[in-house]
Amino acid sequence: MGVELTTTRLEDAAKWAKQSLVERASNWGRKFSLFSYPFVTACCGMEFMSVAGPKYDLARFGAEFPRFSPRQSDLLMVVGTVTEKQGPALKRVFEQMAEPKWVIAFGVCASTGGFYQNYSTMPGADQVIPVDVYIPGCPPRPEQVLDAMIMLMDRIQQGRGHSQLRTKREELIAAAAANDE
Amino acid sequence: MAQKVLDALKANHASAIELTESLFGDEIAWVKRDSLVAVATWLRDEPTMQFDSPVFVTVIDRLDWHPTGVPLSAHWSDESGKPRFEVCYQLRSSTHRYRIRLKVAVPEQDARCASLAGIWSAFDWQEREAFDMYGITFDGHPDMRRIYMYDEFVGYPLRKDYPKEKRQPLVRRDDLPINPIKAPGAPHGDR
Repeated sequence: MGVELTTTRLEDAAKWAKQSLVERASNWGRKFSLFSYPFVTACCGMEFMSVAGPKYDLARFGAEFPRFSPRQSDLLMVVGTVTEKQGPALKRVFEQMAEPKWVIAFGVCASTGGFYQNYSTMPGADQVIPVDVYIPGCPPRPEQVLDAMIMLMDRIQQGRGHSQLRTKREELIAAAAANDE
Repeated sequence: MAQKVLDALKANHASAIELTESLFGDEIAWVKRDSLVAVATWLRDEPTMQFDSPVFVTVIDRLDWHPTGVPLSAHWSDESGKPRFEVCYQLRSSTHRYRIRLKVAVPEQDARCASLAGIWSAFDWQEREAFDMYGITFDGHPDMRRIYMYDEFVGYPLRKDYPKEKRQPLVRRDDLPINPIKAPGAPHGDR
């Protein structure tokens, strides 16, 4: 069985992400019904409220309601600084979400730790969970957030979110194992 | 204004006060470690003092203390006897409008200080913070444990010999291959 399973390079990901009609249809549905869980820890939360509010109106893209239970959401927005002490909580929230799930790092602190280069701050939420889209800015403009949302929707449609690729890879591994027997 | 407080302290607790300073409009009394609770109780209960407002407690780490950088009393002019930490209590009397700062010299080898949480309960969490960040143990405190950092944290982050970017992660991703460039045994995280 000739499937290379050890690499995560993007071109291979694109190869794996060839989709059937059913997958394409379900991804189309997924991208227009994102339910976000705002993991708000810091001042970026204000900007998140602004994006979710009527003026910039995240709901136009189908991300209608923030869900305050990770089990009912499929988009985790890490909004603000993540400290090392919060790491286990963040990982747990992510693990509680149902597949498929996506993560946006909202703001420079959630992306890299920002200017907090110290003993207590985690250098980016991707130290703990896989992040699909990073939004720079301190805080980001609402337009940047909408741009990131559209990028994420494109990626969902292509089946290239982290959790989608992982699911696909696991399916391929299972298929290869079944073929070998 | 609060020179009156310094004078009263020197008159009533001569043996407890090591020396007094007046810097930038702030009156400072260096108190002996064993006498801190007695002095503080007196400051609170004495009718002519009535220090009813605990403002803050903090610690100063004099690891890189430079003789010309900070005004320091002649008392510790010899290098060997110089204590590493200063525990610093700021008090205020809203009745008489006095302000006073009590300082206690704490050596590194014996990093302990008396707790004032029993006198002003507002110092409870502040002393825990001082313990968390500087590792000064406050004797007589009702609940002496870390307040900000997690229990697994080793060391005291605001001490000046703590490396400022040394992180002690609780959790990291386990779904990534280990970077082969990194040396084996390198600390977990920051891949």
